[in-house]
Order: sequence, then structure tokens, then C-alpha cells
Amino acid sequence: MKSIIKYFGEIFGGFFTLITGMMVTARYFFTPWKNVTQQYPENRATLKIAERFRGEVVMPHNENNEHKCTGCGLCELSCPNGTIEIIPKSVVGEDGKKKRAIDQHIYHLGMCTFCNLCIRACPTGAIVMSQDFEHTVWDRSTLTKVLNKPGSKIMEGVKE
Amino acid sequence: MAFNIYDFTPLTKSIHESLSASLSPTATLAIEWTIVGVVYLLFVAVFGLFLVYAERKVCAAFQQRLGPMRVGPWGLLQTIADFIKLLMKELITPKRADQFLYNLAPFIVIIVTFMAISVIPFAPGLVSFDFDIGVFFVTSVSSIGVIGVLLAGWSSNNKYSLIGAMRSGAQIVSYELSVGLSLIAMIIFAGTMQISGIVEGQRDLWFIFKGHVPAVIAFLVFVIAGTAETNRGPFDLAEAESELTAGFHTEYSGIKFAFFFLAEYINLFIVAAMATTVFLGGWMPLHFGDFEAFNSVMDLIPGLVWFFLKVFFVIFLMMWFKWTFPRLRVDQILNLEWKYLLPINLLNIILMTAVVLLGLHF
Repeated sequence: MKSIIKYFGEIFGGFFTLITGMMVTARYFFTPWKNVTQQYPENRATLKIAERFRGEVVMPHNENNEHKCTGCGLCELSCPNGTIEIIPKSVVGEDGKKKRAIDQHIYHLGMCTFCNLCIRACPTGAIVMSQDFEHTVWDRSTLTKVLNKPGSKIMEGVKE
Repeated sequence: MAFNIYDFTPLTKSIHESLSASLSPTATLAIEWTIVGVVYLLFVAVFGLFLVYAERKVCAAFQQRLGPMRVGPWGLLQTIADFIKLLMKELITPKRADQFLYNLAPFIVIIVTFMAISVIPFAPGLVSFDFDIGVFFVTSVSSIGVIGVLLAGWSSNNKYSLIGAMRSGAQIVSYELSVGLSLIAMIIFAGTMQISGIVEGQRDLWFIFKGHVPAVIAFLVFVIAGTAETNRGPFDLAEAESELTAGFHTEYSGIKFAFFFLAEYINLFIVAAMATTVFLGGWMPLHFGDFEAFNSVMDLIPGLVWFFLKVFFVIFLMMWFKWTFPRLRVDQILNLEWKYLLPINLLNIILMTAVVLLGLHF
């Protein structure tokens, strides 16, 4: 008797779990406005990229063409595959002392794995990840970028 | 009872009369056979492609995706493009494969599909083959298909194909039993195996409502076993992609693969059409006994539309199963059949017999 109850209990229990599963997919089916698919080229204008998305490394400049990079080279050291090259130069400050600064912050986008280690290593927050993801180019050499703009200099008050 | 105004019998009759007026009986018969054959070929090709498209769309909707959207409006031409691609691909035969059987297998599968589809009534007067053992014919013919599957697996000279074919064989042979027994329960109820007779018997109410509990049980068993018979998910372990690459049709390419693919989807249609005909009234509109006004309103919708609405309902149900449930293991599949479906089915036949004998149905 016990086994018969167990047998029919299994059948009805099985049906119950199957219907539970089918209700879940039915909810997906009948709410098509919640679809997750993005129609990419069509929705370029309204595209929303998450804040934490790692598109590429950029160096933000303010309106006076100033950045926060001190040329310390920590990003270059932290990069696991040599994506970043720092070419330093020395400038003479107002107090007459020589100071280290960057001549060129070279970033090889083609070698970057977007691991975010350089951004975490940067003591002054000079480099950040942008949300731009359209990296297609016709020529491979254009993937090598100089992040500091020509003629830019370090922002006032940024300490090493 | 008002007769259905969307009857196809006058059309077929006028074609027959106009042909036989000017031609000999043999020529008339030959031309009529050709017409019927071409119509079925067109139907199978177009409907198969449409089902593939529908499957992809339905699957996408169940997974919160959009499915094909690029080829044509809403991706409507996607499967046509896929089919053209398949037609242009090279036909590859594996080394040391059994050439003859390897080439024969896809044809067996597709021919069986055509044979089974021939007895299905689409609308009043729109059936090519109506004889007194129609239901028996469908069940017996559809089990020949497993020979094609086994031949394909055996002759491919590939271990995955062979394992897939063996699994498919074990599965189809066991589930054939459930399909047959659930149909037998309904035959007891209908009192005839002739498909036109079964449809006619549902003039006042569909069998699934008329036969209440045993008919509903038979319907559930039929849909489960039918899903297994078509080798669709969650019973698709014959072509379990993660284990067997593609099962018995791993080595097939081009048009031969297209045959297997098309046969799979048309088998889905056949199972849905059989469920429609036997349980949901075929092309018969929804009638409730003596409610003349309601019945005549329902008669305004053509039988063809009723038939395809019901077929799409059953097909949707089976796609819903496929994209909800995970695949069963081999032992689970055989357990489900021999320990659950078969005893339930046998009890259901006794119950149905009692219902018929005591007149407990509507």
C-alpha cells in the first residue's frame, strides 16, 4: 500500500514540478518586452553601456588640456602583457627643481586584455576605462595610441 | 445541423469530372496522383521550413531572445536562406561507410513521413487517403522510420552515429507502445479506426471533452509519447549534442541532412495532427451539443483554419516542453515509459472501456 501511495505521489509530484517549470518559461514567452537581445546597429543612438564596462584605457583631460599623470610608471609595471609604455621627460618646475613628467603615454590597444590592473595601480586616477567599444580600424598601426594629448601638462596640485 | 460551407468535396469532384471528360480513366488517375503528389511535396517543403522558423522564434521567446531578425522582415526568409545553403553543400560519404545503406537511409525516413501524412484530413473533403484502418496505418507506418534511423547510424561508420541510432531505436520501440495504447483507448471510445469516422464522431463535442478523465489522460500520454517518438527534447538523447555531436545524422551533409531535418519537423506536424484529429476534433469546429446558434457561429470559421489552429496549439505545447525541460538520461527515459506511462495507459484503457460500457460520457 505504501509503495502505491509513493508511486502515485511521484506521478503527481512530477507533474507539479513540470508545470512549475513550464510556468517560468511561459512568463518569459508572454513578456516579450523584457527580452534581453539588443539590436545593435539599429539602437546605436539609444545604446546604454554599463558604468563598469571596460572599453579601452583613456586619459581624461580638463578644459585647459591638463591631465593627472605624473609619469610614475606604475601602470607600465602592473600591466601583465606590456600594453603600456611610458616615455618620461624631466621638466623644471617653478621652484627650479627638476621633476619627472610624461612625454608620451603609449597604449597598445591591440595587446590589451582589459584586466583593469593599470587603473587600479594608478595612484592619481589619471587613467580610466571608457565605455567606447567600437574599436574596428582599417590599419593595425592605428591601434597604438598616445593617451596624453599633444602640449598637455600635469594638473596643478597633483602629488606623486 | 448545418453542413459546413467550406467543404472541399465539390472542388475535388469538379477536377475529377473535368479530367475524366476528356481523358481515359488511366490518364485521369495518373494526373490526379501527380497533382496530389506535387501538393504534398510543396506542403512538406513549405510547412517544414515554416516550422523550423517557428521553432527558432518560439525558442528565442522562451529564452528572452528575439531569434532570427536579419533575413527578411522579422527574419522570415531565414530558413529559406538556410535551405538554399544546404542544397549547395557537398555530399560527403565517410571512408569505409556502407555506401548503399548510407544513401538509402534518408530516403526511408522521408518516405515514411510522406506515407504517414497522407491519411491526415486537413479539411472536409481534403484528404488523399481515407480507409477503415487509418489510425492503425499511421502508427504502423511511423514506426518504420526507426529503420531509417538505425541504418543511418550503422552505415555511417562512426561510433557517435551508432550510439545515437541505438538510443533512438530503444526509445522509439518503447514509446511506440504508449502511442498505440493511448490511441487504442480513443478507438474504443470512437468505435472506429477510420479517420473520417473519428472526425465525424466529434460533431457534437470534441473527444477530449466528451471522454473527460480517460480522454485527458490518453491525451497527456499521447503528447508525451509523441514528443519522444519525434526524438525531440526532452527526449532528444538520440542526438544529444553535448554527448554525441549530432547522433545518427552526424556524418550527413547537404540535401541528405536536409531530409533528416525536414522529416523531423514533419513528424512533429504528424504527431500534432494526430493529436488534433483524435482528441481535438480534427477540422471539426467547436460544437456544443444542441446550441444551434453557437454551433452555426463556429461553423463560419473554415475547417482548414480550425485544423491548423489546433495543430499549432499542439506544436506550441511540444515546443514548450522542448525549451523548458532538461534532457532525460537513457535509464530515466526507459523508466518513464515502462514504469509509468505503460501501466497508466493499460489502466486507462480499462477505465475507458468502463466509461463506454456504462455510458458515463457526454
